[in-house]
Amino acid sequence: MTYEFLVASAIGVLVAGGIYLALRARTFQVVLGLTLISYAVNLFLFASGRLVVGRPPIWDAVKGGAVSAYTDPLPQALVLTAIVITFGMTAFVVILSLRSFLETGSDHVDGDTVPCDAQDGLAHGLAEGEGP
Amino acid sequence: MSLLDHLPILPVAIPALAAPLALLAMRRRRGLGVAISLVSCLALLGCALVLMGRVSGGTITAYALGEWPAPFGIVLVADRLAALMLVLTAVLSLIALTHAVVTGADRKGWHFHPLFQFQLMGLNGAFLTGDLFNLFVFFEVLLIASYGLMLHGQGPARLKAGVQYVVVNLVGSAIFLIALGMLYALTGTLNMADMGLAVAEVPAADQGLLRIAGLLLVSVFALKAAVAPLHLWLPRTYAVSTPAVAALFAIMTKVGVYAIIRVVPQVFGADAGAAAWVPAPYLLPAALVSAVIGFAGVFVARSLSEQASYAVIGSTGTLLIAVAGWSAQSLGAGLYYLVHSTLAAAALFLVADVVARRRGAYSDNASPGPAFAVRGGIGLMFMAAAIAATGLPPLSGFIGKLLILKSVAALPDWSWSWGVILGTTLIGVIGFARVGSAVFWKATEGEAPPAPANRLDFIAPAAALALLAALSAGAGWASVYAEATAAQVLDPAQSARVVLKDRAP
Repeated sequence: MTYEFLVASAIGVLVAGGIYLALRARTFQVVLGLTLISYAVNLFLFASGRLVVGRPPIWDAVKGGAVSAYTDPLPQALVLTAIVITFGMTAFVVILSLRSFLETGSDHVDGDTVPCDAQDGLAHGLAEGEGP
Repeated sequence: MSLLDHLPILPVAIPALAAPLALLAMRRRRGLGVAISLVSCLALLGCALVLMGRVSGGTITAYALGEWPAPFGIVLVADRLAALMLVLTAVLSLIALTHAVVTGADRKGWHFHPLFQFQLMGLNGAFLTGDLFNLFVFFEVLLIASYGLMLHGQGPARLKAGVQYVVVNLVGSAIFLIALGMLYALTGTLNMADMGLAVAEVPAADQGLLRIAGLLLVSVFALKAAVAPLHLWLPRTYAVSTPAVAALFAIMTKVGVYAIIRVVPQVFGADAGAAAWVPAPYLLPAALVSAVIGFAGVFVARSLSEQASYAVIGSTGTLLIAVAGWSAQSLGAGLYYLVHSTLAAAALFLVADVVARRRGAYSDNASPGPAFAVRGGIGLMFMAAAIAATGLPPLSGFIGKLLILKSVAALPDWSWSWGVILGTTLIGVIGFARVGSAVFWKATEGEAPPAPANRLDFIAPAAALALLAALSAGAGWASVYAEATAAQVLDPAQSARVVLKDRAP
């Protein structure tokens, strides 16, 4: 079990869960799915600078100079940018889907109005297998 | 450094300053905010024209932000293609802004003008940047502004389409980042010119990853360009947007096309080893299918704005047929058609709005309603816009399609391209004729709603049509410029020498 394997499988699991949720019909699941995908993307970007443990970023304060074995600081800066953007976008998409739910009376991504009970699977007809 | 040397940063800096100023001014004095927005657009047009004058001779200007040398710092690269897109954006923004102000569409929400300026900042930045991650950031800037503009005016239909638009683009951004991460891991750089040199040295074991990264990157650009099968988000989004906004959005799909034109020759060009021209085999079929889907949509559309949205898809497909040839001639023809199709799509959206403003409850539906004011004049404008969009003489669409047909004749798959372009033109003509005759010739009994007090809303669509006429009158000059641009784009070593100075071979 190497460190690389752990990070890679974490990214894989996050993406799989994210894709599953993003393909759901209702906005809440879709937003959660997008969030998971964005976490996976951030981890992936971070890993693109190679996984290095315990190395300084280019300049070592203890040894007082440049070093040859260092961790790449650029992906960390990229991740920071990506985190800020996805954080803002997640906040926006939450507000947008709330607004959309309140105005159209439906939280389905394709905008179809489905009674709440039916979409939760609680309607009697659906529970007994008589539904559409 | 003289002031003129700072010219490449101005198209990003001007709207970035104008947006907050407009935001502050709008709170107390609306007129001042509108004036700031207009002056900013005019200044952008001036900057873009001066920049075009400086680079049209073939010089490439690299502007290192903060004097950090490439590839460590971010560079803005002003070449013929960037200047062309900047001028097009500035012209289109003036038309769209005029229409929004004249029709009062900018009063239907709070922050139209600041969002409009941020949108321009994102567009201009995307056209100028020479750094892939910076391209992502500017894509996000223009997308975030476009979410706001698209929802401008609100209403259930817009919110519904808005959720889909935002979700699709968020997934697109995630894939963009994955592609960037892979490219950075493989090449160790994000500067486009530097990456173009580095991809040739990627070890053979990693070539598969490189190809995947290239295809992911191009599929994100194809999503933004609404190329089939990634076009499904576009018709709903554009058809429900405020028409002035939809007219500006006509350039948003072209940003995707621009990114393909910019990145593929530079990073995945002839020198890229196993990853050379990796997206090329998929581009032509996708372009053919989008042209067919777009013009089929024009044929069956239920309203004028929906028809204009499908015309955008169709014209992007036609444009990519030319781009997919990757020769200086076909790319040059494609660039000429790019300018034309952007203006034509804007004209269609604006004419649709002019109609909708006079038909009351019938709006811009493609069904006969009561005869409305100035039907003949608007009908003529619609006919001119339809002629431009389908590519009939005398407007520039005809010349654009002619250039494309001529240039792809030398390519191996020319029969498909010819068949699709000529066939879709016919379908488009019939589709526009059907809708035009329903709206402008037939009439039902009933009283049309009172016409708007003035005809100021004719200004913007008439300006777009006049520009199309000018583009066909100046076709000789424009096509020479377009071909020179294409030659410059297809020779990435030129810009690599300017951007990387002594590091380039």
